[in-house]
Amino acid sequence: MAGLTAGHPVRGARGLTNRLRTGDWLFTALTGAAALVMVGVIVAIFYSLTHEAWPSIRDNGAGFVWGTTWDPAKETFGVWPFIFGTLVTSLFALVFATVIAVLVALFLVEVAPGWISRPVSYLVELLAAIPSVVYGLWGVFVMGVFIRDHFGPVVTDVLGWIPFFDGTPLITGLFSGCMILTIMILPTVMAVSRDVIAAVPRSQREGIVALGATRWEGIRLAVLPYARSGIMGAAILGLARAVGETLAVTLVIGNSVKIPDNIFAPAYTMASVIANQFNEATGIHRAALIEVALILLVMTFVINVVARLLVWRVTKGQRAVVQE
Amino acid sequence: MTARPAAFGAHGPEALYRRRKLVNHAMTAAMVVAVVIALLPLFFILFYLLKNGLSGLSLDLITEDPNHPGRSGGGVRNAIVGSSIMVGLAVAIGVPVAIGTGIFLSEYGQNRAGAMIRFVIEVMAGIPSITIGLFVYSVVVATQKHFSGFAGGLALAVILVPIVARITEEMLLLVPRSLREASYALGAPRWRTVIRIVLPTAMPGIITGVMLGLSRIAGEAAPLLFTSLGNQFYSTDINSAMDSLPTRIFTYATGPYDYWHDQAWAMSLILVGIILVISLAVRALFGSRVTVRQ
Repeated sequence: MAGLTAGHPVRGARGLTNRLRTGDWLFTALTGAAALVMVGVIVAIFYSLTHEAWPSIRDNGAGFVWGTTWDPAKETFGVWPFIFGTLVTSLFALVFATVIAVLVALFLVEVAPGWISRPVSYLVELLAAIPSVVYGLWGVFVMGVFIRDHFGPVVTDVLGWIPFFDGTPLITGLFSGCMILTIMILPTVMAVSRDVIAAVPRSQREGIVALGATRWEGIRLAVLPYARSGIMGAAILGLARAVGETLAVTLVIGNSVKIPDNIFAPAYTMASVIANQFNEATGIHRAALIEVALILLVMTFVINVVARLLVWRVTKGQRAVVQE
Repeated sequence: MTARPAAFGAHGPEALYRRRKLVNHAMTAAMVVAVVIALLPLFFILFYLLKNGLSGLSLDLITEDPNHPGRSGGGVRNAIVGSSIMVGLAVAIGVPVAIGTGIFLSEYGQNRAGAMIRFVIEVMAGIPSITIGLFVYSVVVATQKHFSGFAGGLALAVILVPIVARITEEMLLLVPRSLREASYALGAPRWRTVIRIVLPTAMPGIITGVMLGLSRIAGEAAPLLFTSLGNQFYSTDINSAMDSLPTRIFTYATGPYDYWHDQAWAMSLILVGIILVISLAVRALFGSRVTVRQ
């Protein structure tokens, strides 16, 4: 007893506890600092882009967004053609990818047995692993040629009566951009929709089947209404991805600063004009391109926050249901 | 036969039932068609990668540097080495930050601060990679007044961190409570418990997360265009412009020479091959658990 007290006097034991507490404090501070790095980076991104774009924001004002002429040589900067290209390609991709993705997700969850749905699900998700620039390469040399020779003419034959669809199909152009984005955001929308649909409680399906509904009626009346806002979140996440997509679109969009007059004409998106022009740009032209990036950043930021809120609301709702 | 009840309309219950069955079959068929449509692009991309890429694969491609533009032959050793260096740099810079963030979120993040940081990570993951390239350009390249492999690695690190941080948090939360409690019962403080018990247990999952992040940044070209720029010559100096596979594919795909296009396909085949092998290995080791939350 005496020996033990000598070896570990009360003061010493407290010292040890304090040292351990200090360790905990240090550890919290260290990991907290790592987490704060992320906050710092995001603040720095907004700050530095605003700072670098300032000459353009000051000189071009609000007309920057609505101006339809982009002519660096004359220092005229109107970014509307690029916003137009981004919106058309992304919304096209959003609509078509969502329709296909939701049908695939329904098939995987509601129809297919596990030994089919697992590999199919994995294969579709593999699409997300292919790099953007490889999509671009394939888009120019395979898909673009297919659109010009086969798919484009069919589209003009069928939809040519709609004013915007009556152009001559080319390898690169707005339509190729729409198609490549549809393919690229498909896995994102599919994966999230699949998870949301899988989260619909069994009781919902059992209830409607007990009333004598067919499988499709069950999906239409019980599953889809329940999963609707989650699927919307999935689609909007896909939209955010489409808006920020750069290299694949840069390779297939055709790169023209004029607003395209038909769906096959060459165009530009915000991301692709930055990719193509930034390294040759100086002075106000460079600042203008950084302002384009800033607009793009704000756009994707807003889209992402909306999507997160939607998905968040659904998952919270589900937890409430589980607890019942 | 008496008249049919009016409630079933002119066509009777059988007709209604037939129509409902028909709609059901039609929609099931539509789903199958959608699956085929969704799988076709993957099939055609892999098919053309093999068809156009295999013939370009050779020892020269990975052991030689590019010839002067227009003189066929040569390889892309500089791009392969450059990509490896910059991805390595990104891992070295990004992984400690990401794991630190993941630990903070799982151990101390069940509060408002944690929710805010989780939100920041979601936002970071959604920022277009080209914007991150411009950010690193204005912070590093514009102040140093030269492009560099370091800047490229830094841009890739910014993309890597949210991916790995998220997976780290999930993996740490999967560690059973009983393990932590056993450690606490032995008198170990929290930080020692995390470092000696929780982290080692979750390590395979975290490594998987790093591999997934790595396969994502290996294919990124957009953040490198304005940071590492690309370099026609072999260089291992991280203070000068550096080549990478994705930017070289971009240059060659837009260039005028046929042999450039062939080499672009071969490089794409290598890149996609590496990424798919990582992805398949991760899937084989961990099932779908890791990829569930995109």
